[in-house]
Order: sequence, then structure tokens, then C-alpha cells
Amino acid sequence: MKFKVNNKEVFASTGGRPFDKKKPLIIFIHGSGLSHITWVLQTRYFAFHGYSILAIDLPGHGYSEGPALESIEEQGKWISDVIDSVEMKEASLVGHSQGCLIVLECASQFPEKVKSIGLMGGAGAIPMNPELLDLAEKGNPKAVDLMMDWAHGPAGHFGGHPVPGLHHMNLGGSIVVNGSVKNALGVDFRACDNYKNGFEAAKKIKCPAINILGDRDRMCPVKAGKKLADNIENSEVEIIENCGHMILLEEAGKSLEILKKFIRKNHPV
Amino acid sequence: MDPKTYKFDTLSLHAGYMPSKNAGSRQVPIYQTTSYMFDDVDHAAALFNLERGGHIYSRISNPTVQVLEERVAALEGGTAALATASGMSAIFLTIMTLCNAGDHVVVSSQLYGGTVNLFRLTLPKFGIKATFVKPRDTEGFKKAIQENTKCIYGELVGNPGNELMNLPEISNIAHEAGIPVIIDSTYQTPYLFKPLEHGADFVVHSLTKWMAGHGSSMAGILVEGGKFDFLKTDKFPTMTEPYEGYHGLSFAEEFGPVAFTMKARAEGMRDMGPCLSPQNAWNVLQGIETLSVRMEKHCSNALKMVEYLSNHESVAWVSHASLKDNPDYELAKKLLPKGTGSMIAFGIKGGKEAGAAFIDNVKLASHLANVGDTRTLVIHPASATHSQMDEATLKLANMSHDMIRLSVGIEDIEDIINDFEDGFRAAQKPRLVSNK
Ligand SMILES: Cc1ncc(COP(=O)(O)O)c(C=O)c1O
Repeated sequence: MKFKVNNKEVFASTGGRPFDKKKPLIIFIHGSGLSHITWVLQTRYFAFHGYSILAIDLPGHGYSEGPALESIEEQGKWISDVIDSVEMKEASLVGHSQGCLIVLECASQFPEKVKSIGLMGGAGAIPMNPELLDLAEKGNPKAVDLMMDWAHGPAGHFGGHPVPGLHHMNLGGSIVVNGSVKNALGVDFRACDNYKNGFEAAKKIKCPAINILGDRDRMCPVKAGKKLADNIENSEVEIIENCGHMILLEEAGKSLEILKKFIRKNHPV
Repeated sequence: MDPKTYKFDTLSLHAGYMPSKNAGSRQVPIYQTTSYMFDDVDHAAALFNLERGGHIYSRISNPTVQVLEERVAALEGGTAALATASGMSAIFLTIMTLCNAGDHVVVSSQLYGGTVNLFRLTLPKFGIKATFVKPRDTEGFKKAIQENTKCIYGELVGNPGNELMNLPEISNIAHEAGIPVIIDSTYQTPYLFKPLEHGADFVVHSLTKWMAGHGSSMAGILVEGGKFDFLKTDKFPTMTEPYEGYHGLSFAEEFGPVAFTMKARAEGMRDMGPCLSPQNAWNVLQGIETLSVRMEKHCSNALKMVEYLSNHESVAWVSHASLKDNPDYELAKKLLPKGTGSMIAFGIKGGKEAGAAFIDNVKLASHLANVGDTRTLVIHPASATHSQMDEATLKLANMSHDMIRLSVGIEDIEDIINDFEDGFRAAQKPRLVSNK
């Protein structure tokens, strides 16, 4: 679905069901350089089970008009603008990686609009490796290869995609490459590196929260994920074994089951 | 700082499979089953509606076949792959997923004979028409594109004439016209060439050939590159518009870089059903484990055969892009640095009759309708693989009646050469008699 936010065109997948204002809204927010495609194994399920879904492409990503927003604070505010633009009062927010930082910002800046938050691979801060940051800002595709290497656990490196025939790392890499390494991934990495407000934001969040972590995640290790959860008043943690940072795809089924239980309880249809 | 992702030879052995998810079995298990248990009604419904991943029925997907799919996707650098019962069914499935009645395709004129017949005779029955263009005629591909053209299709090194198409340039032409390029890379295998790195959008293979190597099993595959954006044009409504078969799903919107494979599986395997048996998938996996070592030997033997044939008094001409006087020599050096493959075409002095005598008198080289076996194979295309083509089509494919097609195996090169000596000796006998 295409709609306008702050006069710019935005694309969001609605999970294969028409957007319906009468249903509770869940907004899915992708990670650095990625797009709505990463959420396909969560969004379709919720869309066909009573929810309205917006798996958004952040500005300058996927099919949304650019440029990319340069700070997590702005991106958090932008999610609130998305809720206004579709004339809804509240939403549950689900984020992955950088998307988790955006969720933290939005939920702390606009508590009245956020019903519950689901994080996948969520940390309170994402300091970037300087070499990786530099490669991405220069638009070097090697940044994508490094990111895919670090982001994926054993299943990504060997195989066994939940959807028969798909290839974890090549699919992930192509989403980033089809966008812009420099203008999307580079800007995102810089925004993550600059962002220092994660734990302060977390402390302000009162709505129910869950952080779903992979025990083989090298980008957001379990320790970092637990530390974030400790700073959110009403939060729980779920750890998935043998799973890297691409939890939403590597363990699409398990992460969906956990999210289903959480959302149904805290934001029922 | 470099990524520590696995490289080609390692991927040939390991990609797509984790023992820890399969009872620790080091070898890939053969899942000899038609169907898979659902957890509950909700799980079943979600699987059928593509809300979650998993297996339903082996016509659509199978865990052993899935390992093969991920392995070939890994080797080709693709986002997804879909294995089929044969190379021909992979080609048919690809075209049927892309095209509707009334559509048109631009096709290289030098293709495997079965593929030529598919485009020339079978697809027109469904309202899909093809224009054939000689592989070296890059401009010709551009001129042949019409309003309703949906793709350019070809083999990098044509069959059986061994002429190259300039894939990078032809891909640019296709992309300017908003259409994808499909390459049959059977002859190259990803060891020699990865079409997706040179502009192709989809790759198809007859895995029956070099990929498997052993000549024991039929199999094919479609690989998606993930870069072709169907949403950028309005040429592909079946990819972009809501699809009735899945409650209004837009494949391109929901699945992006794997949309085509998802559609080929969800619609094509569901409705046409050319599924690969798990046993054959396993056989092909065995072959792929040794792809690099076999291809190296195929290519080095081929170079020795090219040299031998080029210097032979009974040989009128030799076509192989490794030859300096071959028109494709420079392009081949650029695109195929590891070798130009093990297919050689040559003309035997004495024409059709000598050709027949040669083929009937070699003993080690097998006379059969296949290529890419580990064993050396020979055939006389005009009387076999391409015999269903008329004179005009033969001419367009640049095929002459004296042509012998040779697929060089990995036997000891001396034995292959000795065998050919016997063949040539016999081939020249009737000619000497008739000359008198
Ligand atoms: C280049 C090429 N493509 C496709 C095919 C068809 O594949 P299959 O025989 O596996 O159906 C063949 C051989 O038969 C071939 O040589």
C-alpha cells in the first residue's frame, strides 16, 4: 500500500490483506539497509488473523521516497507520523535490529500511541565497527557481505531456510543491494552509531515489551539484549537456540509463535 | 577485514544442509515421502496460504530437494532456486511463470534442440511466440524486442555450434527495455561462469549434465538473481497484481527478490507438477560435491583434444572458443577465464558419411544423446539431437552435416585420443575407395 507521510510517498506491505482501520494495527520496522521483505513470514500470518499490518519501508528504503532519515530520534518520530497518517490512534510496534532502536524512541516519545512492543535482536545501543561503517558510507558492497556474514547464524551460513528454496544470505544481501548501500545502509549505520539515548528511552517505556534473542547473535549478543530488557519496566525475554541476528527469518516459525502469544495477550483482536 | 563466508568448493560440499537438524546424519537424508504432518489446523492453513514456511506435499517441495536448491542457489549466487524433474521442465516452468498468451520472447538461435522445439513448436500452441536471433548478433537482439516481449533467453555458449552471446551487452539491452534475461548455463556450471554476475536475471540448468556428472539422473533447476524488479514496469501483471490463487497476494510486493521462484513454486509446481524425486536430488548432490575437480579435468582434457583435433588431417574445422582464430576468443577470455568448457564441435572431412563411420567405430567414446557425462560422448547432431529441425532452422543454428559434437570426459587423455584415431581411420576408408 502506498500513502503519504509528511508529503512523501511511503510504501508498506499490508501482509496480503487490505488495510482496515477497524482492526488493531501492528507496525513492523526493518533493520539497517533492509526493507519490508524481511517480515513476510510474520506479517501475512497476523494480517490473516484479525490485525491490520503495516510493514513499512523506512524513507529511502525499498519503495519509500527518500532521503533516509539521519537519526534514530527522527525515525522514532516518523513512526508516530505514520500512525497519524493512516488515521489510527495506537499501534503495537515490532522492530528488528535498528528497528528496535526506532521502536524504543517512538514508544518513549509517544507512549499514548504505543500499545505493546516486540523486539527481535534488540539492544540499547548499536555501536558500529568503524571499518564496516566506513565501507557502508562509501557505498562499498563489501559492507553488505560483512553484514550478512555477521548477521547470520549457522542456518544462514549452511542452509535450511524456513521457506523451501530460499537462500538466507543471498536474499538478505540482495535486499540491501537493491536499495542503496551508501544512501540507505550507510546512513542507517551512522544513525545507529550516533544513537546514545537507548537506555534512557527504555526506562520511560511502560507498555508491555518482549525482546526475542538468538543465542548465536553476534550483532546483538544475548547479554546486550538482556541488559536492554532490564531497563524496560514491563518486559520479558525469549531466547532461541542456534539462531543468529536474522531471527525473523532464520527462526521465522519460532519467532512468530512467540510474537503471536505476546501480541494476542497484550493487544488482542 | 573480509567476510568469513564459505567459498565455492566448500559450498559445493556443505551448502544447504545442517546435520544438527537431521539427527546428526553427515550425509543428506533422502526424505522419501509424499507429505508432511501439520501441527494443527492453524498451522496447515498458514502453510497453504504462504503465511509461514515449510513442507506440505512433495510436488511443491521436499527436504532433500531443498538441500539441492539451496546448494545451487549458493553456488550461482542466487536468492532462491527451484529444482525440477528435468532441465526441460525447468525451462518450461520458467517461461510459463513469466509469460501469458499473446506474449513474445527473443531467443538465441543456438540452443539445445529440445529447447528450440519448445520455442518453435510447443509454446506457440499457448500463444507465446519467439523470434530467433543468432548469438553473436547483439544488435539483432535489440531489434527483435517488441512491445509484448517478456524476456531474452539464451545459452552463453550455443549448442552445438559453440558460438558465444555477449551476455553483459545483451543484458543491458534487455534491462533498458524493462525485461529480464534468462540464461541456460548447463554447459558452464557455476564453476566456469555465474550468469547472475554478468547481467542475467534468472539461470536455468539441466542438472542432468556436468552438475551431476555421473549421467545417472535427470534433474533441472531454476535460480533467481533477486535484482530484477517486477514492480518497476507494468509488463508483468501476474507478478505484481493481486493473485486470486492466494487471496489477492502480490508476489512482487510480498516476496521481492524471491518473488519469481515463489510464484513458480506456488503456481507452477502446484498446477504443472514437474517435481524432482528425492532420490534423484540426492544423486545430483553427490555429483555437485566434486564439481570443481571434475570441471578442472573436463577443461584440461578439452584443451588437449582441441589441440589434437586442430592438427588432425581428417578434421576440416574445429570450433571451441579457446582457439585464437575463433571469433569469440577475446570475449571467452573475459567471461570464461577458468575455461571455455568441454564441448567441442568439429567437422570431419568426408561429410555425413565419414561422420557416421567415425561414430560407429569409436569404442571408448559413447554414442548417445547426452552431454556432460564424466565419460566422453560423441554424436552427429544433424541425424540425432537436432534432426527434428528443418533446413532453415539448422542454418540459423549454424549447423552443417559434417559436424560432430564431442563432450570431452575425464578419462585418461591418451585413451581418448587412441580411440579417436581408430574412428578417423575407419572414417577415411570408404572415402579413399570412392575417390578411386
Ligand atoms: C543446454 C541444455 N539445456 C537443456 C537441456 C535439457 O535438459 P534435460 O535433458 O535435463 O531435460 C539439455 C540437454 O538435454 C541441454 O544440453
